[in-house]
Amino acid sequence: MRNDGKPAVVIGAGPAGLCAAIELKKAGAPVVLMDENAKPGGQLFKQIHKFFGSQEHKAGIRGFDIGKELLAESLRLGIDVRLKTEVVGIEAGLKVWAVEDRSKSYTFDAGTLILATGATENALSFPGWTLPGIMTAGCAQTLINVHRVLPGQRVLMVGSGNVGVIVAYQLMQAGAQVAAVIEALPRLGGYGVHTAKVRRAGVPFYCSTTIIRAEGRESVERAVIASIDAKFQPIPGTEQTLDVDTICLAVGLTPSIELACIAGCKQIYIPELGGTMPAHDEFMRSSLESVYVVGDIAGVEEASTAMEEGRLAGIHAAWAMGYMDETTMKTKTEETKTRLKALRQGVFGQKRFEAKKRIVEGRKEA
Amino acid sequence: MNAEKSPDSRIVKHAVLGDMPAQKEVTIYFEGKPLKALEGEPIMATLVAAGVTVFRYTKKGSPRRMFCGIGRCTDCVMTVDGVPGVRTCVTEVREGMRVERQQGVGSWKVQAEASHAQ
Ligand code: FES
Repeated sequence: MRNDGKPAVVIGAGPAGLCAAIELKKAGAPVVLMDENAKPGGQLFKQIHKFFGSQEHKAGIRGFDIGKELLAESLRLGIDVRLKTEVVGIEAGLKVWAVEDRSKSYTFDAGTLILATGATENALSFPGWTLPGIMTAGCAQTLINVHRVLPGQRVLMVGSGNVGVIVAYQLMQAGAQVAAVIEALPRLGGYGVHTAKVRRAGVPFYCSTTIIRAEGRESVERAVIASIDAKFQPIPGTEQTLDVDTICLAVGLTPSIELACIAGCKQIYIPELGGTMPAHDEFMRSSLESVYVVGDIAGVEEASTAMEEGRLAGIHAAWAMGYMDETTMKTKTEETKTRLKALRQGVFGQKRFEAKKRIVEGRKEA
Repeated sequence: MNAEKSPDSRIVKHAVLGDMPAQKEVTIYFEGKPLKALEGEPIMATLVAAGVTVFRYTKKGSPRRMFCGIGRCTDCVMTVDGVPGVRTCVTEVREGMRVERQQGVGSWKVQAEASHAQ
């Protein structure tokens, strides 16, 4: 145990970071929460659908309401939240280099670091993919649900996973038409509930289908799609042209591991969870003793699992820093783990559960 | 489906989010033309509401707009108050702000005003 007075620095004020900071503060540990954005909450505020899970996982509550609750709690606890603060470096001895308001640079000694930097949406390149009107599904979701502007009238959604079907539905809620949802795999990838809602609205779904090119002069006017064979090669003669002004890409996310790399955390490759990510133990500790990784950086899952991972790290760090006794730490850890396990059930959850186990194995080897 | 748009692509009514709350308006200038913006929103939102489809051109003249919408990709950069390369998806509007398209990496136009900008 160590209590050297240096604060725990949490980087990223999304669901994982907020929960980590809340647990630390509740235990009485000094904590600073930094985020590059002007507002905290990460990507929670664009999630206007109801979450799955049991009651204690806030199931049935919409993402933005969970965001509001977490913000209210962090305010009530008086957490030191530094917004518009970009962390650009981590030096040996956990010296954090931050840039505030894009103009003021300073360094800061952290005793513990919790990286909650999230993930970045993947791109997909095809002829015409740089045309205005082509954007990630998350971009469209931010525009309609956070800023309340509609980027286009007729949309092609590329990718039928959860993000694809949820955003397709939300685009319709915002007043757009969805021309089609296409999926490269032979089967659909999203939760049945969301997929069914989009289907019921009459949107065609095409499996084993890819986008061949986007056409348009100064912005998207058409998308050409085609069926693909088992080797993902387009089948000649199956091309179809869709009149759309917007193409949304929902083709997965990759953990944002830049800071973890700078800090020197050992990385592991787990394709099911988004690619390369820092290995971590059951307490979310990376290969470095005082550096934790939580949320999408530790494998892309969902906001609900991110929150529980944040709690795990916050609890363990509070104990390691000397602000929580061992029995309390163990009890709280077990409770959190039980909730986390419940979230990783079912067809989708089980796969993630197995993959997460490999991350922990990976850290042991490292 | 359940949503109503104003002529400028703003989603004023929404089944889940409710009516758009009243917000203070500010004016920004896009290529010299005044645009109505809402306080607190990023430049990107104002431009999308106004139906602007091209935010900038690459060195070779190919058009770009936004791509990630959260400050990751730099597709949306424009010249803002003379400073090129500003990410418009994470930069809030301000009264009187001048927003211009740039070609390639653009160029600085703030020399003359640098003293009073500080
Ligand atoms: S759209 Fe990606 S940085 Fe602005």
